[in-house]
Amino acid sequence: MKHDKIERNLGILLVFTMLAISAGGMVEIIPLFFIKETIEKVEGVRPYTPLEQRGRDIYTREGCYLCHSQMIRPFRDEALRYGHYSLAAESKYDHPFQWGSKRTGPDLARVGGKYSNDWHTQHLIAPRSLVPQSVMPNYPWLAKTNLDYSDIELRLKALRTTGVPYSNSQAEYERNVKDFGEDVAKTLHIPDAEKNLVAQAKLGNYDTDPSNITELDALVAYLQVLGTMVDFKKYDDDYFVKFR
Amino acid sequence: MATASVTTAGVGTSEQYNYDIVRKFAIMTLVWGAIGMFVGVYIASELAFPFLNFDSAYITFGRLRPVHTSGVIFGFGGSALFATSYYVVQRTCQARLFGGERLANFTFWGWQAAVALSALGYMFGYTQAREYAEMVWPVDLLILVVWVSYLAIYVGTLMKRKQPHIYVANWFYLAFILATALLHIFNNLQVPVKLFSLESYSLFSGTQDAMTQWWYGHNAVGFFLTAAFLGMMYYFVPKQAGRPVYSYRLSILHFWAIIFLYMWAGAHHLHWTALPDWTGTLAATFSIMLLLPSWGGMINGIMTLSGAWDKLRTDPVIRFLIVALSFYGMSTFEGPMMSLKDVNALSHYTDWTVGHVHSGALGWVAMITFGSMYHMVPRIWNTQMYSLRLINVHFWLATIGVLLYIVAMWISGIMQGLMWRAFDDFGNLQYSFVESVAVAHPFYVMRALGGAFFLTGMIIMCYNMYRTIRQGSTEAHAGLNVATA
Repeated sequence: MKHDKIERNLGILLVFTMLAISAGGMVEIIPLFFIKETIEKVEGVRPYTPLEQRGRDIYTREGCYLCHSQMIRPFRDEALRYGHYSLAAESKYDHPFQWGSKRTGPDLARVGGKYSNDWHTQHLIAPRSLVPQSVMPNYPWLAKTNLDYSDIELRLKALRTTGVPYSNSQAEYERNVKDFGEDVAKTLHIPDAEKNLVAQAKLGNYDTDPSNITELDALVAYLQVLGTMVDFKKYDDDYFVKFR
Repeated sequence: MATASVTTAGVGTSEQYNYDIVRKFAIMTLVWGAIGMFVGVYIASELAFPFLNFDSAYITFGRLRPVHTSGVIFGFGGSALFATSYYVVQRTCQARLFGGERLANFTFWGWQAAVALSALGYMFGYTQAREYAEMVWPVDLLILVVWVSYLAIYVGTLMKRKQPHIYVANWFYLAFILATALLHIFNNLQVPVKLFSLESYSLFSGTQDAMTQWWYGHNAVGFFLTAAFLGMMYYFVPKQAGRPVYSYRLSILHFWAIIFLYMWAGAHHLHWTALPDWTGTLAATFSIMLLLPSWGGMINGIMTLSGAWDKLRTDPVIRFLIVALSFYGMSTFEGPMMSLKDVNALSHYTDWTVGHVHSGALGWVAMITFGSMYHMVPRIWNTQMYSLRLINVHFWLATIGVLLYIVAMWISGIMQGLMWRAFDDFGNLQYSFVESVAVAHPFYVMRALGGAFFLTGMIIMCYNMYRTIRQGSTEAHAGLNVATA
């Protein structure tokens, strides 16, 4: 009886077990980093501006992903309700990904630009004042808490370490100008992060209160950019199919 | 002199094994069970009655949900696994735990600290925002150290065994420890914002991050919540039934097939997403194959009772164990079905998934834990259970609770899925999203009620255990006094 040997020998049991549990992950995860078709080649997707990234930090902090997905599936009903199905490229700068697994509330992958800043402000402070049947919690403290952006440079540097192309030198900045254009490249320059964050918040006035920069400003700035980076008019839909 | 010799003799026999660590983890299983399930009932109520969020950041659904999941998975489930695995490995190897009291105690305090710190952290907004892996990076490191110690204790004890064979329960526990280490390390690769910051960004992004996370997420279910609890099953079911495991060959097949196949199944959580189709197809294929060993294991467990079926009528502990296996069979049938792309198109993002998880988590994981605890606790405190009747009450409360829960989620889930894809005669969407929220309300109430049933059972168990343990301690003292006299 062969299995008897494994049962008597701890070393063999350990080795065989390790082999058995390693196979699946190796086959399914590692190729995703190397197969070129995994992420679509598409124009427009850029890293988040400093303000948007801080908004994203608040989105993750509050656990929004537990009720809202950011991944539209290629179905007719989802196309009508939410818009074009989500591309892998659209979350390639998302650390961590926020595709979600549950829609207690609607998908947010393309919520950007669908509602006004006023609407979002009101909705986040008191959702049921706009949507009576909603079960979303009120988030009044977001409007009352000033945004902490003292460590914004460190945050962008950490993201740069993971591979997001924020620039920290003139050479990197010029690379970004080439890849994203000058306007975008400026917003990705780490030494100017704080200046850019303040400027965007002042200009956007996301929480409709211009007196200070709150967490609500950042969160709405993030929500307003979701799903807006790719101009789908530029692409024939068959183009994306070959990547799937 | 007489006192001294009696005392040493007493210690020598009852402490042949390190039961102190088992007792500690057993108590924390009960504590975390009550806390985690209470939070579960609370957040379920928040979805039914949103005013319960009380406009307080610390207790909003989004922050409390990981408190619930970490509390029940890692607090309740984790402590139960530490307790039973330390008990089982010592008894089946006839060897005291390797590494001495200190190392064992370190795993205890380290693990409790990790769960408590992460739960508290979520309430203050510290999270990695990865489902079931929300713990911030310093806690991840603490868990890693605890886990390596756990592995050392386990392997060390197996090496000290006085039996030539390693008993089947230990294969499952061992695979669980190894797999959890593997998953934990690769799913928690993070870049901290700075050295003394609790915040960090995941190393991977988008598609690769999603795949890694669900490779982790599904195998947290596959190994933490399944393989390990199968280890529990392979020890406690035969023990309580007083019969040997039904089929030795089936257990071999069960083991290797389960641990190999599970690791491929994670990508079925990402059907129809931007993850390439080949990955999802592969995962669905392996998910279907998983049905075979899962049911093999269920049959192996249930048939262990063959020749002793009457015990189902007389022994509430056996009833817990067998009902747990039945739920295991049911959810491992439902799972592969939901991994089919067409079914998944309907079920994904809905409450159906939540119901599926709970038929596994409450029906299988919690029930097998309850059964095992009712078997083990009186033995490690050298006494009898305080009340068999209360075990019976617990059994019925738990069973009714699970049924209410999963039926509610089936209805609301399927309803959501159908409403989202319904078109009117003109080809427009028939329902707005919020209409699907509104119709779920009665089922959210029903789900909270089911949870409340389950929680009440858990609290009754805590009381029953408290009386049992007190009784055990009193008897021990009385015994010692008699001996001294």
